[in-house]
Amino acid sequence: MTDFLLELRSEEIPARMQAGARAELDKLFRAQLAAAGLDVGDLTIWSTPRRLALIAKGLPEATAAVSEELKGPRSSAPPQALEGFLRKTGLTQDQLEDRDGVYFAVIDKPGRATAAVLAEAIPAIIRAFAWPKSMRWGKDSASSESLRWVRPFSGIVAIFGDELIPCEVSGISAGYATRGHRFHCPGEITIGSASDYAEKLRACHVIVDHEERQNIIRDGAANVAADAGLTLVADEGLVIENAGLTEWPVPLLGRFDEAFLAVPPEVIQLTARVNQKYFVVNDAAGKLANGFVCTANIDAVDGGAEIVAGNRKVLAARLSDARFFWEQDRKTTLQDHAKKLDRITFHEKLGTVADKVERVAKLARWLVEEGIVTDRSPANAGAQSGTEQTAASGSPGPRLSPGSTQELADQAELAARLCKADLVTEMVGEFPELQGLMGGYYARAEGLGDAVADGIRDHYKPVGQGDDVPTAPVTVAVALADKLDTIFQFFRIDEAPTGSKDPFALRRAALGVVAISLQSNLRWSIMLTGAAALTGSIFREWHTEKTQPFIEMLEALTPLINSGNAQELMGAVGAVLKTMPKLNAPNPEVLVETVIAGAKVRDFFLDRMEVMLRGDGIRPDFVRASVIIDGDKGKEDDLVRLLARVKALQAFMASDDGANLLAGYKRAANILKQADISVAPAQAGAAGSSVPNVAAPAFAGATVVDQALLAALDAAEPAASAAVAEERFTDAMAALASLRAPIDAFFDGVMVNDPDEAVRTYRLGLLARFTGAVHGVADFSKVEG
Amino acid sequence: MADAAEKKSLSFQDMILTLHAYWGARGCAILQPYDMRVGAGTFHPATTLRSLGPEPWNVAYVQPSRRPTDGRYGENPNRLQHYYQYQVILKPSPADLQEQYLGSLAAIGIDPLLHDIRFVEDDWESPTLGAWGLGWEVWCDGMEVTQFTYFQQMGGFDCKPVAGELTYGLERLAMYIQNVDNVYDLRFSDAVGEVPGVSYGDVFLENEKQFSKWNFEVADTDSLFAGFKAAEAECQRAIAANVPLAAYDQAIEASHLFNLLQARGVISVQERANYMARVRDLAKGSCKAWIDSQSAAWTAKYPGWTL
Repeated sequence: MTDFLLELRSEEIPARMQAGARAELDKLFRAQLAAAGLDVGDLTIWSTPRRLALIAKGLPEATAAVSEELKGPRSSAPPQALEGFLRKTGLTQDQLEDRDGVYFAVIDKPGRATAAVLAEAIPAIIRAFAWPKSMRWGKDSASSESLRWVRPFSGIVAIFGDELIPCEVSGISAGYATRGHRFHCPGEITIGSASDYAEKLRACHVIVDHEERQNIIRDGAANVAADAGLTLVADEGLVIENAGLTEWPVPLLGRFDEAFLAVPPEVIQLTARVNQKYFVVNDAAGKLANGFVCTANIDAVDGGAEIVAGNRKVLAARLSDARFFWEQDRKTTLQDHAKKLDRITFHEKLGTVADKVERVAKLARWLVEEGIVTDRSPANAGAQSGTEQTAASGSPGPRLSPGSTQELADQAELAARLCKADLVTEMVGEFPELQGLMGGYYARAEGLGDAVADGIRDHYKPVGQGDDVPTAPVTVAVALADKLDTIFQFFRIDEAPTGSKDPFALRRAALGVVAISLQSNLRWSIMLTGAAALTGSIFREWHTEKTQPFIEMLEALTPLINSGNAQELMGAVGAVLKTMPKLNAPNPEVLVETVIAGAKVRDFFLDRMEVMLRGDGIRPDFVRASVIIDGDKGKEDDLVRLLARVKALQAFMASDDGANLLAGYKRAANILKQADISVAPAQAGAAGSSVPNVAAPAFAGATVVDQALLAALDAAEPAASAAVAEERFTDAMAALASLRAPIDAFFDGVMVNDPDEAVRTYRLGLLARFTGAVHGVADFSKVEG
Repeated sequence: MADAAEKKSLSFQDMILTLHAYWGARGCAILQPYDMRVGAGTFHPATTLRSLGPEPWNVAYVQPSRRPTDGRYGENPNRLQHYYQYQVILKPSPADLQEQYLGSLAAIGIDPLLHDIRFVEDDWESPTLGAWGLGWEVWCDGMEVTQFTYFQQMGGFDCKPVAGELTYGLERLAMYIQNVDNVYDLRFSDAVGEVPGVSYGDVFLENEKQFSKWNFEVADTDSLFAGFKAAEAECQRAIAANVPLAAYDQAIEASHLFNLLQARGVISVQERANYMARVRDLAKGSCKAWIDSQSAAWTAKYPGWTL
């Protein structure tokens, strides 16, 4: 067993590509050796800006010998067939075996020396290597076929045991020699084997293990800060990036002019990090201090004094730009900044950012006035706990006094009107990452109040998993309105995400909406809110006071909307519009487009919920079962209520009652299917022409078991539907559980397909009622297992 | 210590002369600046056109560069509407290009064991030239002092072979070497005997004031628009007449007039993309005409070379 060392050198590899390159090297090396029949155990893979290194421990000296048998033509076949076979195998006729009139070629492949395998594998790996961006260079680049690499490729070390693996790519041959640190040890150094590689490099000022460099930077930066009585602001991304920029990292502390601390700390941190890759530090009180830590790539002869001085100067120039922006931007109010938003196109078909702001402001106000966002602080209201009490407590509680609702609506609208204004400030022009945050600073500086300033600052939140979810009412209203406007508008113009394409980040926006809604237990109908969001833009004059009749109309048309039949829907909408003269009858076609977009958004949200809950370990089939409301009557369009349903179903299905009831349901559904009785579950009692209404207990053929099931259904149906109506979904499940014993007894005690037609019909009817009762709570046909 | 360093450091003009001597000794022809207004050294035909085709090409030159929108009326210590780039083109890119470049830094007085020199990813793209390349910005103690690029395409055509391009920001580098915080304080030349030296401000401060005003406030936009159209038309005529070098001059002219129109604030965001596309078409057309005019000679001299 022998160790193998491979080093691939090049000019400086971008820091951000090094982790991917290590993974690529791992993958290609394993694939090449596996193809040759060699198993690779643990690989050590390192990277620096100038090299990728791989160490494979304990490779065998040779691959195992294999024997291959090829069946040839019959010995009686025409000579051409034999000639062809000989050509193919490269053998002569006397080397073939004649087995019962059929030629066989037995080819023994002896084991190959691992060294030979490696000599072929290395060039193949280099040629197949995939970089995010690669290039050509040098005189070879006169031809299109020249080698491509991330930057000019410069050297190969390939040593198996202590033997050089001879190989060559694009004029570069493998050797024992590598290079040390660019400035400390510019000459060649000779490597003996995998075992002395890292240490020889270390002696030449190269720490080849990227994790070791990361540790040096992480600990060293913390130490130089601590030595000055400061605390490093940890930033793992910077640790990794600096480790990718250095072979011999030396963290150094510098200070900048305290006067710059007048600039918001986030701006200083961003300038330092993004432009200069510096860490920042806090003082003992946890506030940003006038210090930075840069990571040099040398042990400077003066201990780094000149390096720190130079970096301080560059940072000072950056910070004085930032301070200039900070002062300049505050000379104009956010309201005046916002006027310039009509110069920025939001989307070709959706107008300017100013247009968007107008829509968001109206929707934010509507969310408050409708009582969807209120001043109660229902954070941690327990939406996550999924009990039926949760959902019940979420139903709109006591409304605020009209006065404070108006105040909240005014604040939400104001925050919404100003939330994008910072996009035209100098600071955000320079640092787009600071959008929102700067608006918050400028709003506070103008004295707009914390609620509005926070609303502006945090309205993009949450931007990803793990980000803070807003709970302050003004922020919630703006954050929700902004995201909902984006989602509904892009769906209206048919720009829904498809497959991996989501150019407008609608999925992320939807997850944000879900998180905000669940966090604060916000109860809102997707369809109706969509109508408000979309009519606000298309029929602006309808907004608020005139939206109500439209919403009522929507409710009446729900089944048609669910069917997705645009033609029929348009007819119905037209008819309804005629009965609403007050509405100033808009074009029904546009209205239908709006309604259909709403339905698509609802399905999109339901799909997102499924994805999100799957991440929380909730089975997707439970979500699908909970989405369908009472057979085909509609789909759930309240995210909080959906979660309560799903959680109740999940708890129920984890119980014995649930599992057994599911088995009983599947059996019943099968029998009904075989009987070719399509049971529209919601109307199970009256479904299918061949199934009579079995409400009357006095059927002559009914046994005790039949009677017991009927009685159980009579009790369970109203209990379940009452519980569903009151959003007590656990109670609804309990009502279903009461059917478990009777249905089990029914299947044990009677035969459904009784020879007597009347008895059979009666029992099928009972089963139809049973499945209908189940569907009233959840669509068990979607539950798997 | 700082004092001593300051005394020994090169003046602005000596830094240029040192770079000339350095690259001249490495086989570069030392060219003079192109006699047209351009935004960067890359626009010099010695880079744009000569980076195409198979012939070796090694040159170095200073190029005055004009960026009208960067003017600050002489009030900003770091920003100029007219400044100098030092441009080196080595085709094909030599295997030791990085070492040669680092040698040039040492020659002008930067000790790599005292100062932190770093190659930080920065991919270069010029939408108006239809050009791109991969490389780095070179940092010295955190300051970007050079753009280092391996050209992959020029005028929309693959560079075969690839040229290495070094673009030194001379004022920045000089500010660094001379340890001054304001560009106008740079020593342009040193005193010799009775003859006093001049500062960068002595030479250029008044230019910055006047040209900032002209760029932003005075330049007649009607004649700029007319000039753009005329240059565009002339470029196309020259392409048709198979004089690509003359055509390219007009592409440069159009590009600069577009920059001036931008400074005058008369080009909207939507129009901007359109103007850039028009300039790109001129540059690409000139590059193509150049290739067409040279292809026969190239393939005769370099058998097997293809576009």
